Amino acid sequence: MVRVLINAPKQVRAGQAFEVKLLINHPMESGQRRDTFGQAIPREIIHSITCTLGGQEVFQADLFPAISANPFLAFWAVATQSGDLTIRFTDDQGTTQTDSVAIAVV
Amino acid sequence: MIGRATLAVAMLLGFGTDIVLATDAKRSGYDDASAETRAMQDDDAANPAFLWVAQGESLWSTPAGPSARSCASCHQDARISMRGVAARHPKFDPTLGRPISLEARIQQCRTERQGAPALPPEGDSILGLTAYVGLQSRGMPMAVADDPPVRPFLDAGQRLFETRMGQLNLSCAQCHDRLAGQRLAGSTIPQAHPNGYPLYRLEWQGMGSLYRRLRNCLTGVRAEPFPPDSPEVVALSLYLAWRANGLKVETPAVRP
Repeated sequence: MVRVLINAPKQVRAGQAFEVKLLINHPMESGQRRDTFGQAIPREIIHSITCTLGGQEVFQADLFPAISANPFLAFWAVATQSGDLTIRFTDDQGTTQTDSVAIAVV
Repeated sequence: MIGRATLAVAMLLGFGTDIVLATDAKRSGYDDASAETRAMQDDDAANPAFLWVAQGESLWSTPAGPSARSCASCHQDARISMRGVAARHPKFDPTLGRPISLEARIQQCRTERQGAPALPPEGDSILGLTAYVGLQSRGMPMAVADDPPVRPFLDAGQRLFETRMGQLNLSCAQCHDRLAGQRLAGSTIPQAHPNGYPLYRLEWQGMGSLYRRLRNCLTGVRAEPFPPDSPEVVALSLYLAWRANGLKVETPAVRP
């Protein structure tokens, strides 16, 4: 289980843009390093992230090996009705994880 | 000409005498960091150390050991009970007869009161818990006591700080007292204040304790690092913390 911090306002106004910040605890091993025995360390990165708000996709990103460990992503979104902000990401091992926070439109 | 002469005199004095920094002359490592690194520390949503803090927060209320007690069972809300605690550590422990760091205090609580095995040293769990406790003192000035029982340890720490070590034959003081603010290759030499530990270091791409930093410095001057919890580490950590008195606690800080 990867630790994820989703920083988004709990309450937003309908139609007003708000910022979402994501911080994901992940080594993002690039696959280009070697260990002390000269063996290549296999690539192990999160390669895709999708973010939905009330079931509708608001943000999608493909990540590549040059992204640092513990990646930080920020984007803006607009909500028209209350719903769950859900992030879903997949890493090279094929593991998919989903985390969500509730956002209320007032 | 006058300017240059004054500078030369100042340098002579600087190299010859012990330097005790006045509070207003103390610079946190934060002040020497780049604008990007500072921005990362300023925003809790962008500071990766908060991943560890979140882990520490959940550990605070997780029962452990046969007593099935958590930190919260005795200390209740950390935001109230742990306020200012990190600013006062390392602190003299009368039973041990020596100063004890915040990490060691947490481990002591865990093994003696909770009856649980100690958390793996320098693991994510102890770093997270220490960072969570440390966070409660953020913004408070460091206030490490220098009363009679800790005096010998402080003196020992200061001696170590000024002792040349390793194949490079350098002391901590040579760089961090006398040359602080100048440059070593691409980076500014900081004054070496431990006011943000445990912290997230970009070079480590992870969280680290003050001991990890000391080990780094010692291997940097090609000296053999002191073992963890050795008298040298205790004395040096205490001296460094006392030397930073007055600076604001920044736990969990971000450093390059």
